[in-house]
Amino acid sequence: MNWEFIEKYLPMYREAAVLTVVIGSIGIAFAILIGLICAMVLYHKVPVAKHIVNGYVELSRNTPLLAQLFFLYYGFPKIGINLNAELCGVAGLAFLGGSYMSEAFRSGLEAVDKIQEESALSLGMTKYQVMKYVVLPEAISISIPAFIANIIFLLKETSVFSAISLMDLMFTAKDLIGLYYKTTESLFLLVIFYLLIILPVSVIGSLVERRLRYAGFGN
Amino acid sequence: MTELLQIENLTKKFDNQVILDGINLSIQKGEVLVLVGSSGCGKSTLLRCINGLEEIQNGTVKLEGKEVKYGDKNLPLIRQKIGMVFQSYELFPHLNVIDNLMLAPMKVQKRNKEEERKEAIELLRTVGLEEKAEQFPRQLSGGQKQRVAILRTLLMHPDILLFDEVTAALDPEMVREVLDVMLNLAKQGRTMIIVTHEMQFAKAVADRIVFIDDGKIAEEATPEQFFEQPKTERAKQFLNVFSFEKIKVNGI
Amino acid sequence: MPDLGIDVLLKGSNMLRLLQGLWVAMKISLVSIGISIPLGLIVGTLMTTRFKSLKVIFRIYLETIRILPQLVLLFLVYFGSTRALGWNLSGEMASIIVFTLWGTAEMGDLVRSALVSIPKHQYESSEALGFTKGQMYYYIIIPQTIRRLLPLSINLITRMIKTTSLILMIGVVEMLKVAQQIIEANRMTSPNAAFGVFLVVFILYFIVCWPFSTLATHLEKKWR
Repeated sequence: MNWEFIEKYLPMYREAAVLTVVIGSIGIAFAILIGLICAMVLYHKVPVAKHIVNGYVELSRNTPLLAQLFFLYYGFPKIGINLNAELCGVAGLAFLGGSYMSEAFRSGLEAVDKIQEESALSLGMTKYQVMKYVVLPEAISISIPAFIANIIFLLKETSVFSAISLMDLMFTAKDLIGLYYKTTESLFLLVIFYLLIILPVSVIGSLVERRLRYAGFGN
Repeated sequence: MTELLQIENLTKKFDNQVILDGINLSIQKGEVLVLVGSSGCGKSTLLRCINGLEEIQNGTVKLEGKEVKYGDKNLPLIRQKIGMVFQSYELFPHLNVIDNLMLAPMKVQKRNKEEERKEAIELLRTVGLEEKAEQFPRQLSGGQKQRVAILRTLLMHPDILLFDEVTAALDPEMVREVLDVMLNLAKQGRTMIIVTHEMQFAKAVADRIVFIDDGKIAEEATPEQFFEQPKTERAKQFLNVFSFEKIKVNGI
Repeated sequence: MPDLGIDVLLKGSNMLRLLQGLWVAMKISLVSIGISIPLGLIVGTLMTTRFKSLKVIFRIYLETIRILPQLVLLFLVYFGSTRALGWNLSGEMASIIVFTLWGTAEMGDLVRSALVSIPKHQYESSEALGFTKGQMYYYIIIPQTIRRLLPLSINLITRMIKTTSLILMIGVVEMLKVAQQIIEANRMTSPNAAFGVFLVVFILYFIVCWPFSTLATHLEKKWR
């Protein structure tokens, strides 16, 4: 292991990691938003919209992110829609993640017993209040483990960004392997940086899951 | 006595099956009414209709002249006056006991938080659960959960209380603690409609027994009349289910 | 109607080449899943036995595989093996190794959790009914395990097919790579080919994955 090399290229990896985290976070935030909206549409069986959401979920879950990204990045400009690589990364991650988050929320919503809603209604709550104070908090706490698993999955998926020439960790590693043949060092840094990004989420995930199971969820 | 709840010609169908068939019933203020009947006869559905949880095909339910109507936008207002306790407790699992009690008064009736808290603690004390205030539902026994569920409806200051087989899911040794709370409420002069299979309790608590059979009111009587001299054949059959002939003589 | 460049695929053997690319990806995932399932069954079953050290080793293996993106694993095996072991692995071989390692880990975990999820009283009541150990597994435990396992294993197949899209990054000529080549070759005559060709690639992935995931969902609902 050539430590000098590692020291020299550490900043490059750091920059790449920041790019991964930034685009990843924005994409995931949108994925959560899309997921919430889709889950609500499916839960309330909104006419027409539910078919659109179902179609979207099927499309998004049955195609790889890389194919989605290539279509967005290389295909869309041909019909006059130009997105830069960063935007494509965010859009692709949101498109992919939205369906996964939607499934997580939806199964959380469905896990809340109908009679829980009725007991809240019988206390005189409006449907909106029932949703806000009873169903949603319960559904979210039920779906948190699936939710964090999805975040980890999406963070891992960001590794394909290099294919649309985003200078992320994979891009940097491949670049350095190609340029200097420092394979061991490049791969070592690659693994370390991915662990730095994903391990904390995974640890937080298992802590939260344990807390949910043994203590109470919020107030 | 003033009439509090009035049910006229209530008919409930599920698909094409008639669950409730032209029910007429009224309840006076302070009266304790017990609904009995074999399972599937429609007594729980009747309670759910009184709370507007079921769409009905015909008839009306009125509380002090105001109609309880499924899907109506004034329903939440009327429901505040009708407390309902369910068989499966239905405490909110994400809230501790005190927050379970205070959620509806705070959010629905926008009452003062401090006073509400005081009242909730006071109520908990009356059923011996004041030290459980900060615990979560999953930390309580079934009997404790059901007592909290009863208090949760009481805090809304309802005019009438509906109990839907509230002891049916409990272990036998916990049944008593819940029934005692209900007996106390009856003593306080609360208006109550109770669906139960606890016949001894029904006898003790009821002012009037309504026997429902096949979606219709088959018999209405005082507890003494109903349990000692039921008029209809169906009621006799029903009551027979709860008694056993001695089959062993002299310990053989 | 603007030129969307789909006609490029009708030229010569272009569509055929694209499908051959898809077949390369399918072949790699089918071979990997074919090896992963028996290995996963063995590993998963071993996990429910009492060997503590075995459990620890498997946990570490599973978590390591899970925490890293598959693309990183592909890089590690493809570039790393050349470096560390002096092998010159082909991209296909590296892909099969990575997918098998990954598939075995996931499959093993699925088998383990399916076995653990069978309640203890199922074993006890079958013993109480007088079943022999063999009968118990054959009539009671295995059928229930399969019901839990099958939908999830089918899902693993879709996940694997989708993940094969990554192997173009280590130089395997699969569908996406073929698509790039076709677009590149027709750059002059059909400048809009990127839209049409990548659209077709997108749809082809969907056509391949959708039946599997629909079957999995269907089985899951039916057996719940």
